[in-house]
Amino acid sequence: VNRWSRRAFIGAGTVAGGGFLLGVAGFTFAPGRHSLVSADAAGRGQLTTWITISPDNFVTILIPHCEMGQGTQTALAMMTADELDADWPLVRVQEAPALDAYANGYIVRAAGGHYVPAILGRGVDYGAYKVAEWFGFQVTGGSTAVRGTGEYGMRVAGAAAKEMLVAAAARQWGVGVSECAAKRSRVMHAASGRSATFGELSRSAASGRVPTSPALKNPDSFTIRRTSPRRLDIPSKVDGSAKYAIDFGTPGMLYAALEIAPVYGGALLSVDTAPADAMPGVKKVVKLEDAVAVVADSFWRARRALAALKPEFSDAGHGSVSSASIFAAFDKALGAPPDVPAHAAKVVTAEYRVPFLAHATMEPMVCTAKVDGDRAEVWTGVQDPLNARKTAAKALGIDAANVRLTNFVLGGGFGRRLPFTFDYVDLAVRVAKAMSPAPVKTIWTRENDIQHDYYRGAALSRHAGALDGSGMPIAAHSNYTGGGNGESVFMPYAIGDMKAHEKKADHPIRLGQWRSVLNSQHGFFKESFVDEMAYAAGRDPFKFRRALLGERPRFKAALEKAAAMSGWGAPLPSGEGRGIAICESFGTIAAEVVHVAVSPEGRLRVLNVYAAVDCGDVVNLDSATAQVEGGIVFALSAALLSEITIAQGRIVQQNFRDYPMIHIADAPKVVTAFVRSDAPLGGLGEPCVPPLAPALANAVYAACGVRVRELPIRNTPLKRA
Amino acid sequence: MAMATTITVNGAEHTLDLEPDMPLLWVLREALGLTGTKYGCGISACGACTVHLNGRAVHSCTLPLSAAAGQHVTTIEGLARVGSLHRVQQAWIAHQVPQCGYCQSGVIMAVAGLLAQRPAPTDDEIDAQLSNVCRCGTFVRMRAAIHDAASAAEGAAS
Repeated sequence: VNRWSRRAFIGAGTVAGGGFLLGVAGFTFAPGRHSLVSADAAGRGQLTTWITISPDNFVTILIPHCEMGQGTQTALAMMTADELDADWPLVRVQEAPALDAYANGYIVRAAGGHYVPAILGRGVDYGAYKVAEWFGFQVTGGSTAVRGTGEYGMRVAGAAAKEMLVAAAARQWGVGVSECAAKRSRVMHAASGRSATFGELSRSAASGRVPTSPALKNPDSFTIRRTSPRRLDIPSKVDGSAKYAIDFGTPGMLYAALEIAPVYGGALLSVDTAPADAMPGVKKVVKLEDAVAVVADSFWRARRALAALKPEFSDAGHGSVSSASIFAAFDKALGAPPDVPAHAAKVVTAEYRVPFLAHATMEPMVCTAKVDGDRAEVWTGVQDPLNARKTAAKALGIDAANVRLTNFVLGGGFGRRLPFTFDYVDLAVRVAKAMSPAPVKTIWTRENDIQHDYYRGAALSRHAGALDGSGMPIAAHSNYTGGGNGESVFMPYAIGDMKAHEKKADHPIRLGQWRSVLNSQHGFFKESFVDEMAYAAGRDPFKFRRALLGERPRFKAALEKAAAMSGWGAPLPSGEGRGIAICESFGTIAAEVVHVAVSPEGRLRVLNVYAAVDCGDVVNLDSATAQVEGGIVFALSAALLSEITIAQGRIVQQNFRDYPMIHIADAPKVVTAFVRSDAPLGGLGEPCVPPLAPALANAVYAACGVRVRELPIRNTPLKRA
Repeated sequence: MAMATTITVNGAEHTLDLEPDMPLLWVLREALGLTGTKYGCGISACGACTVHLNGRAVHSCTLPLSAAAGQHVTTIEGLARVGSLHRVQQAWIAHQVPQCGYCQSGVIMAVAGLLAQRPAPTDDEIDAQLSNVCRCGTFVRMRAAIHDAASAAEGAAS
């Protein structure tokens, strides 16, 4: 028994039909040193991956993260295959099942061990920081998969497997290990010209010694990373064959349509089920504490029957809550603008406001469940299968080990399918319990989805800044509502006196994590305000920022790159303008320049966005670029159009007509550059979201002189004075 | 009430005993098991459910089954010819357009419909004709892929 037994487990062996199987879980926590550590079989383990090499020379890599279009599974396979020196066309991936063994505690290492990603903040004890606490998560979120699981787990697994294959070849040929090298799924002995495929070596390698400290590649010898192989999930997404949770079917399956208490926390008071009972295909009207469901033999019939019902719900005492009342509470909590030093030559003040936002994933929430006694099967799409399994078990009052969960390709996540937001799993298993043992697929309508989200929080923020006689800022203070943390309020600028204080103002609207989390609000606040200080000082907003980034070379390099890409400073036609912003989040620095045109009538067009991104190194260049483009368009849609409002405690918006999204006509050209640095790998799913809204608002100001301090921008008339 | 309706989907004729006002989307997905066509909004506002009716792109979520009676429906599953993807699908792979992919069946059907009407659309025509919602924000690549698919068709025709 060794001291790592609770953290690590690896096993190697043969698979049916011959071939090599390596399971990798552990690594030492010693700084700067990645190792595999063996453990007794009883050791509790976080299993990162299994690598299987079959005699026909195919490599199959098990991936413990879900795919929601961000290219994670391909990137993790690339990191593994590169260390393995596999031939990329011979690599396959498989998603890990929802078993405790695959809980990915590595995400805490991705954050350097210094803080807990906000997406998990409600589930763990910050102070104790016990790795054991993390075993319950198998989460994909917080831009953590590549930099955590990939860097700390998958690479080590690939390197260990390669050493075992090379050792097997050396044994077979009676030569030294150092005389052999692996390349494109073969091991070669240069001196004799002999070579063997991984497949041919697989059986022998499986019986070899598992290396405890495999050597990782120097980045200069990467052969697969930093290239752009095609994503493995794309072919199935162009011919309709990709299976999402909504596409699952099983014999005897019924369909449920839901009406959920319109005010969060409300209860079902009464419903006359008779109008639905008589309709074609209806099996049952299921009354839940907080919802009513119609179960039928088709979803459309269920939905039509539901429309015939007039359920009454309580309002949980929140029937008088409105957007106005929430912002009034924010206003009261904030009070007067923050103080700034009395000796300032010039004082700048501003107030910014952002709305609640819904995720509106293209695939609405869907969960199929079959409950039979103390066992259940669940088929759904989640960013954390293990936590979803617990949600189902808790709702049914059974042991999580008795719940089998199958996860599907996600039709968008953006934070909606994270731990603690599995209400759609909770509701679906309760409906299925009422229909036991029939399997029931509960499909949320778009209206359900928009009205029962875990929203991005609304917020109000008041800022005051002080400039000295030369126009340089000496203080920047803010008071904000709606939440914040060290990362989101951080400003990289050399301003002597910076303060940001949260003022609490509670409201009953259900909140969650929305792509880039708190950075989406604070990026707009702080980078709009820096811009306002620049204009108040009569300085160019790019040069003003650059002058304050002297001690931050990574920020400065990204800012300068984005400015250069955009042709910053070159004259533009009347009515056009450029705006710039820079934010760090999830370990990545993103600088963006937005180029807009505002017509004399006030019509805004976003022409170009230039993004310079420092995420350390890049794994898959093309899919990394896609994440930059996607983050920018996602943020643009929100900045231009999106707003969830509250009236009588209810969400007002219902569907894409009143919660609209931009179309291809509104999408700008996006030019992306990666600024490579020696910083640890940063995230990419989220970091390009925060700078977009402020860069856009700053561009609008440059174009037409109207300062946008409230999102969405459509709430501010842009007619030129 | 249910009544027999005959439609041709991807070349195969089906007679279905369903309500004539059931949207084609749910007929395809639930009665015929063709799940490549997606539900996104149910009100013809996002395009995820786009299919072809006699070669024209339509939103199947608001099209009643009765309107498709006796007509030819093509879904994403039927877009490719045997052994060869449609040129829009090929361009989608070449440009690595999809992210989550959920909207893309509808987008691909809408673009294939557009190219059938306008073999080489301008950017303005694309903007005017294509109103699909994509939350992952793949519009930048969509535009490049559309132009590629259009020129591939031109090349094939010449």
